[in-house]
Amino acid sequence: MNLAIVKYNAGNIQSVLYALERIGVEATVTDDQDFLRKADKVIFPGVGEASSAMQYLRERGIDKLLTSLTQPVLGICLGMQLMCQYSEENDTDCLGIFDEKVLKFDVAGATERIKVPQIGWNTIYNLKTPLFKGLPENSFCYFVHGYHAALGEHTIATTDYIQPYSSALHRDNFYGVQFHPEKSAAVGEQIIKNFLAI
Amino acid sequence: MSMLQGNKSAGRLTKRIIPCLDIKDGRTVKGTNFVDLRDAGDPVELGALYAQQGADELVFLDITATVEKRKTLSELVNKIAHHINIPFTVGGGISSVEDVQVLLQNGADKISVNTSAFKRPALLRELEKEFGSQCVVLAIDTKKEADGEWYVYLNGGRTKTEMKCTDWAYQAVELGAGEILLTSMNHDGTKSGFALDITRKLSDILPVPVIASGGGGTMEHFVDVFRNGHADAALAASIFHFKEIPIPDLKNYLAENGIVVRV
Repeated sequence: MNLAIVKYNAGNIQSVLYALERIGVEATVTDDQDFLRKADKVIFPGVGEASSAMQYLRERGIDKLLTSLTQPVLGICLGMQLMCQYSEENDTDCLGIFDEKVLKFDVAGATERIKVPQIGWNTIYNLKTPLFKGLPENSFCYFVHGYHAALGEHTIATTDYIQPYSSALHRDNFYGVQFHPEKSAAVGEQIIKNFLAI
Repeated sequence: MSMLQGNKSAGRLTKRIIPCLDIKDGRTVKGTNFVDLRDAGDPVELGALYAQQGADELVFLDITATVEKRKTLSELVNKIAHHINIPFTVGGGISSVEDVQVLLQNGADKISVNTSAFKRPALLRELEKEFGSQCVVLAIDTKKEADGEWYVYLNGGRTKTEMKCTDWAYQAVELGAGEILLTSMNHDGTKSGFALDITRKLSDILPVPVIASGGGGTMEHFVDVFRNGHADAALAASIFHFKEIPIPDLKNYLAENGIVVRV
């Protein structure tokens, strides 16, 4: 299998590569558009800020390439947020693969003392699609994020932090997860394996 | 594996348990009591064991004395990143954007700074701008003096400053620290419980998570630091290394006592 990881100006890309290595899968980190187009599967990871990431992708035409892909694509964390319509993080228009919008956590609406960004392990539920095959409801995943995608028609996993939000999205060949499967122990490894089997 | 069985405490961010490994010249120090490990001094093997037992994160603190031997640290971080499937923080002797760049490129999820950030607070701003606050942990060693105030200490607790702990923590978060690792020197090594008052104070005033460190000796101490100290995470070393408190037992005990944890 020809597995590509999108290289761009966001952090944490190496971690995804290492996680794949741990389950015995080789991948290529690249921004070569021809390679990405021909890959069997594409992972679009990332930790960082939305507007500078989108600017980087647009300047290189990677934005149009990503939306035109027909093979299975998995966005992780910032990658998933960039696949949405819009992000409140610096008022950024994103790729528009998912209709959902990315919003800042509403701390004022919290009923208890709560911190943003959310850092740590939380549960995912209302799990849909083969991405979560074999995983029980309320499995634990590792999250680090200050913005979240609202619930919508493409939601395939929900997490509660202040309010329920989309911890995973799906449309056609595109999947996105807000948490970090590459850092989510056995649960994360299962999700990566499931994506590779799609 | 138990992690695949889900949990009833749905929909809430969990409190984290973080074992800390002191590293010298690429090896774990302070000793361990893991007879089942092939090499108890190998930080990668010990870290992987903790991850498997349900640790939520790991901290690797490099206490290597010389700068030239520190180069082995980035190689070690790379090895850890290849083998461990939970997040980990690396600290010790980090004083520049370049230092951090190397560690993150080798797979560290977060880095921690202490004395270098106190001496040059702009470092926090630089790190936040370059890498984001989510990977910048500020470690503070603090001691309660006779006047009842908590003061910041530097250089591994050897140098006293006139800065109050709360003032420094608040300033550091403004500059870009995304988490505070708070070690009470009064409690560290005593196994008499965490410093609940300063932990609670910081956790309540700061918009970022506070990791409590120093003094954890019993499972009740961990319940206390979460319930009464309002800590977001608790860190300990020797009680895990010497198997005084197995991590699965601790997680179960916390859950039985109403603390939301990943079990």
